[in-house]
Amino acid sequence: MSPDINSLTSRRPGWRTALVGAVLIIGIPLVIQACNEASAREEEGRRIIQLRHPSDDVSGQEVAVLTHAPNVPPPITRTHPTKVIVNLEVIEKTLRLADSVQYAAWTFGGEVPGSFIRVREGDLVELHLKNDASSTMPHNIDLHAVTGPGGGAKASLTLPGHESVFTFSAMNPGLFMYHCAMSPVPMHIANGMYGLILVEPKGGLPSVDKEFYVMQSEFYTKGKYGEHGVQTLDMEKGIDERPTYVVFNGGVGAITGGGALKAKVGDRVRMFVGNAGPNLTSSFHVIGQIFENVYGEGGSTNAEHNVQTTLIPAGGSAVVEFGATVPGDFVLVDHAIFRAFNKGTLGILTISGPENKKIIAEVQSGLTGTPAK
Amino acid sequence: MNAAPALRALGAFAALLTGMVRVPAGDYLPLRGMAAGQRMHVAAFRMDAHAVTRGEYLAFVHTHPEWQRGRVDAKRADATYLSDWRGAIDPGDSTDLRRPVTSVSWHAASAYCEAQGKRLPTTDEWEYVAVASDVSRDASHDGAFMSRLLAMYASRTASAPPPVGLGFRNVYGIEGLHGSAWEWTRDFKTEEMTNCAGAAMGASDPSNYPALLREAFRSALTERSTARTLGFRCAASGPA
Repeated sequence: MSPDINSLTSRRPGWRTALVGAVLIIGIPLVIQACNEASAREEEGRRIIQLRHPSDDVSGQEVAVLTHAPNVPPPITRTHPTKVIVNLEVIEKTLRLADSVQYAAWTFGGEVPGSFIRVREGDLVELHLKNDASSTMPHNIDLHAVTGPGGGAKASLTLPGHESVFTFSAMNPGLFMYHCAMSPVPMHIANGMYGLILVEPKGGLPSVDKEFYVMQSEFYTKGKYGEHGVQTLDMEKGIDERPTYVVFNGGVGAITGGGALKAKVGDRVRMFVGNAGPNLTSSFHVIGQIFENVYGEGGSTNAEHNVQTTLIPAGGSAVVEFGATVPGDFVLVDHAIFRAFNKGTLGILTISGPENKKIIAEVQSGLTGTPAK
Repeated sequence: MNAAPALRALGAFAALLTGMVRVPAGDYLPLRGMAAGQRMHVAAFRMDAHAVTRGEYLAFVHTHPEWQRGRVDAKRADATYLSDWRGAIDPGDSTDLRRPVTSVSWHAASAYCEAQGKRLPTTDEWEYVAVASDVSRDASHDGAFMSRLLAMYASRTASAPPPVGLGFRNVYGIEGLHGSAWEWTRDFKTEEMTNCAGAAMGASDPSNYPALLREAFRSALTERSTARTLGFRCAASGPA
């Protein structure tokens, strides 16, 4: 197990490591409650289950900034909990799935994946779910950041042309998926109704230079991969877990070409990666990068380090971080590699800037250099 | 021998005369509530061949002005009642008059049917008729038909459901059950409905997505709800 379990950030690594090291070496159970700003307690390295409670010092009110992928709302600079109003609109809309291929999608915010929501631990979230009058179905929302039956699904059931409002306390920090939970749920998710909500820990996240929103998901279409026209759900393929498409950010090539993610040499990069499924587990990998930190399962406190590929379950997430040290095109894939090669799970991060031959250098071309003896 | 063409012809003839189609008694498997091996018996009844149109509903609000937009009791219809009409007694142009009337509440639909000497179909009656394809009274295990229904639901538009008479006609001669709009039933509410993955629990056939979608829609309704994708048709008891 990683020795710096429960270390929130690397802001005071020496201090943390020394403390945990002391616990390990001396072997005496130490109560370190006082040292822990997340109010979690440890005993002999195991975290005690806490009964969380809503903040009693919520003050002020603001409207959440929502973004479409791959953009992420700005970090929260507040140091106190507040009431955050989230205005989310459900729109049934035909969207691009691949070149000359469209999908009759159901969306949160008019795009797949749905709008990214960013709040702070302790915030009181007032979620307004508007279902556009042009919708054919009632919809609702189940946010995995919600503690309570259905994750808010029952309280947010909304007919076309209507709006529901419910509140919840964002008590647990982390990166959470949200999705529509109307029956039949697989259909609503397979049609595009999912997104991510980040609940920042009280102390915030360490600052980085670039943040991106990447969401993997599958589409099960009547037509074969690449078949032109407006596609709809093939229920049998869904039940059999045989996706026609597996994509990042709602479509083949959504984050390639003009949509490629961009960073510069020297940037510290953070990706908020979700996997909506509805069926597959993602083996998320960026070709030519090693993740410095992976906050697995979307948790905000425990990081693994020096990770090549991280598993992201359907209905789960991970936060991956790395430094951009050499320029080039770095390919995001699901390393279950047929999906990347034949079903669309490809994205590009283009890093620009000066080369560093000490990190990687071509010494002799295998194409035009000296023949092997 | 395939009786379907003869049935269809008979049904179409009856519909021409009365606007209603005779539905023989039979049974079907509801999504919920039946013990293993049991099916729900449905007595013979009659059902409108088409959804009630805006034109027909216009005639109703002329004779029953308490159901005009702006006059309706807020306890009996919500704020979007008939909001897709141009005016309180103006449903639109001649094409609009032939579209299914939508944005009507359960109270309104019930009052309309009562004024015609009819009633709303029960959920069992509606679902019993809805499992019929164009060749079979029970197509609930016909994967191609189920897939076709899902495609019909997916191709719906809330802005303008197509005029009645143009949609899919099933073996009874009943038209437009699936292609235009969802439809009210008399007992649309059940206590067993859930709106999450839990909906699969206790369902007689969790892969019957068309029926699950219809159930989900009903579960979101109250008696005063209205939506642009929700209309109705009437039924009457007895074989008559």
